[in-house]
Amino acid sequence: MTIMTDTPASAPASPPKMSVRNLDFHYGKFHALKDINLDIPGNQVTAFIGPSGCGKSTLLRAFNRMFELYPDQRATGEILLDGENLLTSKQDVALIRARIGMVFQKPTPFPMSIFDNIAFGVKLFEKLSQVDLEERVEWALKKAALWDEVKEKLFQGGASLSGGQQQRLCIARCIAIRPELLLFDEPCSALDPISTARIEELIAELKKDYTVVIVTHNMQQAARVSDYTAYMYLGDLVEFGETEQMFFKPNRRETEDYITGRFG
Amino acid sequence: MVENLSLSPAPTSGQGERGARRGVSNAFSDLVFGLLTRGAALFTLALLLGIIVSLVIGAWPAIERYGLGFLTHNVWDPVREDFGGLVMIYGTLATSAIALLIAVPVSFGIALFLTELSPIWLKRPLGAAIELLAAVPSIVYGMWGLMVFGPVLARYVQQPLQAWLGDAPGFGALVSGPPVGIGILSAGIILSIMIIPFIASVMRDVFEVTPPLLKESAYGLGATTWEVIRHIVLPYTRAGVMGGIMLGLGRALGETMAVTFVIGNMNQLRSPSLFEAANSITSALANEFAEAAPGMHQAALIYLGLILFLITFVVLVFSRLLLLRLQKNEGRRA
Repeated sequence: MTIMTDTPASAPASPPKMSVRNLDFHYGKFHALKDINLDIPGNQVTAFIGPSGCGKSTLLRAFNRMFELYPDQRATGEILLDGENLLTSKQDVALIRARIGMVFQKPTPFPMSIFDNIAFGVKLFEKLSQVDLEERVEWALKKAALWDEVKEKLFQGGASLSGGQQQRLCIARCIAIRPELLLFDEPCSALDPISTARIEELIAELKKDYTVVIVTHNMQQAARVSDYTAYMYLGDLVEFGETEQMFFKPNRRETEDYITGRFG
Repeated sequence: MVENLSLSPAPTSGQGERGARRGVSNAFSDLVFGLLTRGAALFTLALLLGIIVSLVIGAWPAIERYGLGFLTHNVWDPVREDFGGLVMIYGTLATSAIALLIAVPVSFGIALFLTELSPIWLKRPLGAAIELLAAVPSIVYGMWGLMVFGPVLARYVQQPLQAWLGDAPGFGALVSGPPVGIGILSAGIILSIMIIPFIASVMRDVFEVTPPLLKESAYGLGATTWEVIRHIVLPYTRAGVMGGIMLGLGRALGETMAVTFVIGNMNQLRSPSLFEAANSITSALANEFAEAAPGMHQAALIYLGLILFLITFVVLVFSRLLLLRLQKNEGRRA
């Protein structure tokens, strides 16, 4: 089932939630992603692995057009979410981003209470009554497995939580606006092993409802949490396939070298 | 002392000696350095106290004679030795308020543009130009205000307003007076131009230290630039923004030269007009101090100086309290 660079993966279980076609990405003159083609299956966890600077985070940041905040970055090609090309979409970029949740390397609680951290995103797009809003906040916090730890102190500042709790708060914040796709950009790189394990459990739980893409520099993590894995190197997508097969019997020599630690 | 632990094979005696010597010199220099820094900090306090005490002593005859009634008395008559500070206090507060009213939104816009919206090639030159505004000597602002800006204000703002609102009750009084372009409004506007570079550059600096990931998190939820600024950047940088505004306000309250040029230096409060000549504390001090005979006149002027000091102090305390309350309302920040 492994597919080489230039042929998109035909996702077996479900139709692809997101398809990337001939995507090129430039930072100024630097060519950071070269002709990426990839199908991300729905309700599965897809991991991007590869050495630092290979373009895995760049690819993730192209998905929600985050790169557009920076003037010298540009992407060409197609990124299709349910068949709609996000790069040329007429839809407001804020609305596109709201369909795609993103969690970052470091927890980023907003300078407001735990409750408002969750309610902030919801209030941007929906006019809910106070009761409905409270319900939504509780629902999101439960989904993110944080409710029991914070229900007594919803009106304390988000920054008063521990690092792992903050990261789950950020996940709850994304879930609260009910996105279709969740992007995790090395979500555990600033967390201790126990918090990391909790986030990984959570990711496994979340794929029931969401399509998840995770960038990680930790290969064990990719093996543990993902169903599909993409190995990238120097802006190329080297190999993409089912995680199990990628880790036990990769098709490409480069992938094997990286995964077995001979390189990287 | 750390290296002692890693030098295991060296003879014990030599080690001990060296450790001891280093220990002694370290402890001594630490002590000296500690005392020096503490001395510097305490010296500031001592200076502050000294200034307050000497102001109180100098103002004592006036304090004794007028008491707090000085604050609400609007006559200033050196000939009959009848002194009240209301006119100057009002002038200082009103010009500073006008200055803030104009400077805060403008500075906010400048800082916002420079950090979030400006194309990269424009950032540096524009930022430098705004900082250069701060380098213009205040007397130049005063001369420009008196000779160029004032007449323009009178001709193109006051006169049309008088024609339009002249008969309206209340508003008419606000724009009355001879169209010469000096008064509270001119002084306030000149002050606002003078404090914009301070407020804008502080705001820009604090906006810039907002972590990009924090902003991206909000953008990732679908927030617009304005929503990110309003709900994320501003609360995150609240203390810095407030600090910048206070810096500007402090400058506005204390500014002397430029205000003296354009405020008119007339001790009147009969007309509420923004275009009527008035006076401010600093301006009164600058104009009268040299001529004031030792005695009640001088004491009254020093009393005014003490009041200015207290106003600045109260403003500072007030802003601190405001910050504390805001922080309490929105939860603690690490």
